[in-house]
Amino acid sequence: MDHLLQLLVSGVVTGGIYALVAMGFVVVYKATRVINFATGELMMLGAFFAYSAMTALQVPFAVALAVAVLASASVGAATERLVLRPLLGQRAISVIMVTIGLAAVFKGLAQVVWSGEYRSFPPIFPRAPVALGPIILPSRQLYPFLIAVAAIAVVALGFRFTRTGIAMRATADDQAAAFSMGIDIRRVFSLAWMLAAITAAVAGIVVGVIGGISPQLGAIGLRMFPVVILGGLDSIAGALVGGVIIGVLENLAGGYLDPLLEGTSVKEVVPFVVLVLVLMIRPYGLFGTREVERL
Amino acid sequence: MLIGNYKETYASDEAVFRTPAVRGWMVALAVAAMVFPFVAGDYLLYLVNLMGVLALAALGLNVLIGFTGQISLGHAAFMGVGSYTAAILATRFGLSFWLSIPAGGVAACAAGMIVGVPSLRIRGLYLAIATLAAQVIFEWAFTNWTSVTGGIRGINVPPARILGAPIDDDRRAYFLIQAVVAVHFLLAANLRRSRWGRAFVAVRDRDIAAEIVGVNLFRTKILAFMVSSYYAGIAGGLWVYFMKVVTPENFPLSLSIQYLAMVVVGGLGSIPGTIFGTVFMTMVPELLKLGTGLARAVWPDAQSYLFPLRDVVFGVLIVVFLIFEPHGLAEMWNRLKRFFALWPFEK
Repeated sequence: MDHLLQLLVSGVVTGGIYALVAMGFVVVYKATRVINFATGELMMLGAFFAYSAMTALQVPFAVALAVAVLASASVGAATERLVLRPLLGQRAISVIMVTIGLAAVFKGLAQVVWSGEYRSFPPIFPRAPVALGPIILPSRQLYPFLIAVAAIAVVALGFRFTRTGIAMRATADDQAAAFSMGIDIRRVFSLAWMLAAITAAVAGIVVGVIGGISPQLGAIGLRMFPVVILGGLDSIAGALVGGVIIGVLENLAGGYLDPLLEGTSVKEVVPFVVLVLVLMIRPYGLFGTREVERL
Repeated sequence: MLIGNYKETYASDEAVFRTPAVRGWMVALAVAAMVFPFVAGDYLLYLVNLMGVLALAALGLNVLIGFTGQISLGHAAFMGVGSYTAAILATRFGLSFWLSIPAGGVAACAAGMIVGVPSLRIRGLYLAIATLAAQVIFEWAFTNWTSVTGGIRGINVPPARILGAPIDDDRRAYFLIQAVVAVHFLLAANLRRSRWGRAFVAVRDRDIAAEIVGVNLFRTKILAFMVSSYYAGIAGGLWVYFMKVVTPENFPLSLSIQYLAMVVVGGLGSIPGTIFGTVFMTMVPELLKLGTGLARAVWPDAQSYLFPLRDVVFGVLIVVFLIFEPHGLAEMWNRLKRFFALWPFEK
């Protein structure tokens, strides 16, 4: 029973981190209807910016975070202006391919600038594990979960209640109508990509603190698709719920199915099986908006 | 500019090779292809064989994306299904390549049919993500279903035999590969002008209108997936006999992305574009390797930057092509032909 409880809680907490990564995808989709395959690499760049700020510039973590946020925002804005704006209105395959190309460029540049070695981030969380009743949670899982929940809450509330957030949602829904209402579409797109890069940077720093930094850090991005789809491509709260569910399912599969299958690890594939099931049964996920097709 | 090129029968109007000039060039190409392995260096021959196999798989992907408009991120997985099927049949059941390669194609075709089922309910981006899931699941199966696939050790395959003679050097493999590739390219060109090809294009352009006109959407999309994965499966089977071994690392997501790049850079929906794209995406890393080797004289560290530079160049090429030449190399080639057709006059 304790084992089950430990798996559940640890799954919830890991799920928070997944949700943070998934939010990078959701923010871009929510504002621009584009799936950004370079989210993982934006995470990686954010983590490296913070790492360089802390080691090369020797600044405290809060300043490094600010540096990373600013630098990532510039990368996001530059990407939107130079690469994505020329492709406005092109078919989906082109936009997907362009973000894939960007991912390769970022990864290569990171390797050129920072070399491919794996580094550990200077520790920023308190070391002691936290006990919740019978469950012991390592600090590197719990604090990221709290950060994830806080970040998700901030972004979700921002989209819901601020004028900018509403402008972004309006633009994603119907560009022409938004434009005719006086919303500056170009600025909305820039802001959307800057926000996406910032959320990715925060996620990247969190993942980097837990698992170390290297140019391969971006690989986690594509593994988060099950979370994004389960929660709903344009739902931020959905990212949290989806993340928690996938985290728990993964842990349960790892805890109970792996021993049964002696040696093969089902843990990695279970989220993708869930993804296929979700796509077959309810493609818009738990909280995504149903797309109404107009001829 | 074509003068006096009028057709008197439907057959001649629908022909794959439409003018005497084109037919002449095709004959010249065939002769050059026959002579090539005897004049080319070893490494170049190896590269051409590799490009042949990759072009075959890329053609399958072009049928799916270029003709039918369905996005697939799982093409490498189908190639893997074909490879493993051919390898298992060759090693465990002792079948010759005449049977194992087509069987690989058929197995991949069945896998494609299964992966295409979601297209009944989802379209566009969601279907792309479903194919991504298929890629991950198949890759996991290749690595972990050790009883069938041998896990990470892979399967070693004896060379193909024609009339008792083993095909174990690049020159003999060249003829086998080029024969299979040529046949399949002709098949694809033929498919394009057939009833099913027109159905594919109709689904790509306006699927709802196509449905109204009577095209069965589901059946067409499933057929597109089946044809595309059949091509990938045959390419996989050829790969196995070419490389003599198959391991799960041969079919990662990055290979799927490379196929996507070949098809998009070459020109979606264009059959010669597939060849252009494959050659381009294979030769650019080779040229880069050459370049960094030469740069070593001036910049000793150059070669250590080869792998990251490959990533950067790959990404930059894709981005630049998509922004400035969305119809790919095929469109550039067509522009060139149009320019010379009217030269020295303009337009």
